[in-house]
Amino acid sequence: MSWKHKHLLGLEDLNREDIELILETAKSFKEVSSRDIKKVPALRGKTVVTLFFEPSTRTRISFELAAKRLSADTLNIAVNVSSTSKGETLLDTARNIEAMNVDAMVVRHSSSGSVLLLAEGLKCSVVNAGDGMREHPTQALLDMFTLQEKFGRIEGLKVGIIGDILHSRVARSNIWGLTKLGAKVTVCGPATLMPRGIEAMGVDVCYDLKKVLKQSDAVIALRLQKERQQDKFLPSMREYSMLFGINQAKLSEASDQLIVMHPGPTNRGVELSADVADGKQSVILDQVTNGVAVRMAVLYLVLGTKT
Amino acid sequence: MAAVKIMDQEAIRRAVLRMAHEILEKNKGVENLALVGIRTRGVILAQRLKQAIHDIEGLEVPTGILDITLYRDDLTSVGAKPVVRETLIDFDITDLKIVLVDDVFFTGRTIRAGLDALVDFGRPASIQLAVLVDRGHRELPFRADFVGKNIPTTKTQDVKVILGESDGKIDEVILE
Repeated sequence: MSWKHKHLLGLEDLNREDIELILETAKSFKEVSSRDIKKVPALRGKTVVTLFFEPSTRTRISFELAAKRLSADTLNIAVNVSSTSKGETLLDTARNIEAMNVDAMVVRHSSSGSVLLLAEGLKCSVVNAGDGMREHPTQALLDMFTLQEKFGRIEGLKVGIIGDILHSRVARSNIWGLTKLGAKVTVCGPATLMPRGIEAMGVDVCYDLKKVLKQSDAVIALRLQKERQQDKFLPSMREYSMLFGINQAKLSEASDQLIVMHPGPTNRGVELSADVADGKQSVILDQVTNGVAVRMAVLYLVLGTKT
Repeated sequence: MAAVKIMDQEAIRRAVLRMAHEILEKNKGVENLALVGIRTRGVILAQRLKQAIHDIEGLEVPTGILDITLYRDDLTSVGAKPVVRETLIDFDITDLKIVLVDDVFFTGRTIRAGLDALVDFGRPASIQLAVLVDRGHRELPFRADFVGKNIPTTKTQDVKVILGESDGKIDEVILE
């Protein structure tokens, strides 16, 4: 098993062995984060820049902590203070940062494919922290890491992905990753938010949440992206929450072994009721803990690859 | 160059047993003593030393596993990143007498990394070094406290330690 990728743009580009190597490596890094001295010298002298053109707290902090725990130096750039507000293009901004000898750039941008543009135009490693509606690979990796930790395997697991599938890069990355590792994925959400032809990605489509809850080992509730709902995909938030929100009553009809996941930030009372989000079947905070370990593994692997 | 067998199964068994006695003699028993094996074969040797010490004294010594990959000094120069495995030390090493265990003692760079990794877990009272084979050619100022066998080698030769638990074959040490 060896890693051959300079960038991490999406799980679509990886094979099963690559994904398993990341998950295996992340196990070791989880142990590092549990020590009193949460730092190893593996990336000493490397510089990692997080370049975020969309708001984020969790993902950015997670990447920053991951880099710091590997002894890399980190720098955060947010869009509202960058030169793009003065009219500079994305590639120019990135090239100027790279000219200061940066080793890896962690990028989030609202346009799908923006990270590919950067990977082709830059010499440093590019890690996708979410590009438009395309992929958010590290989120899917931490979801898979959490599933593996809870069930001991991914092969054969039944996973439901609930909500706004259309706009969700988290859903896409999870579908790529989970199906490559042999899980059976069912997507569930309002018909207006279900991309046409999604079955071609190897998933089942179901519009009945209760049925999905009953048949699944785990469900991933997606955040309802209010900022992307201008086109009237939904009659009302209330209707969405009634049909596709997970509450304790719906959960009690399913197995008590079912685990509930959410990539955050949660709209309480929309995708998940508060008692479910804080309940014993929720692993939301485990996901956050595992996110740092998975991102350490990704940075360690991409920064070691010579091309 | 033809491969020469330096140690067979019996020689390895006797060497481990002698090292266990030496460790107990030097440390006056097992009080505050702990073993830490460096992955991969150091872990197996640490387990065997633990068993030997148990057979001699009837007491258990805490034993941990150290993966030194993240502390290597050649991480930025090697091509593909070596696979990182878990470090498992489930006891507090502070104020313990730690015996670090490895299979082959060569340049000393692995031991340098091992010491750096170990002190990230606490402040041991002392750290001693036990190796099955010392082949010389040190590049750093280290020496071993307990040695199974000293083997004169040239720098280009290869010393292979084969242990049943990791290699699925009968124990032996080969010089190529």
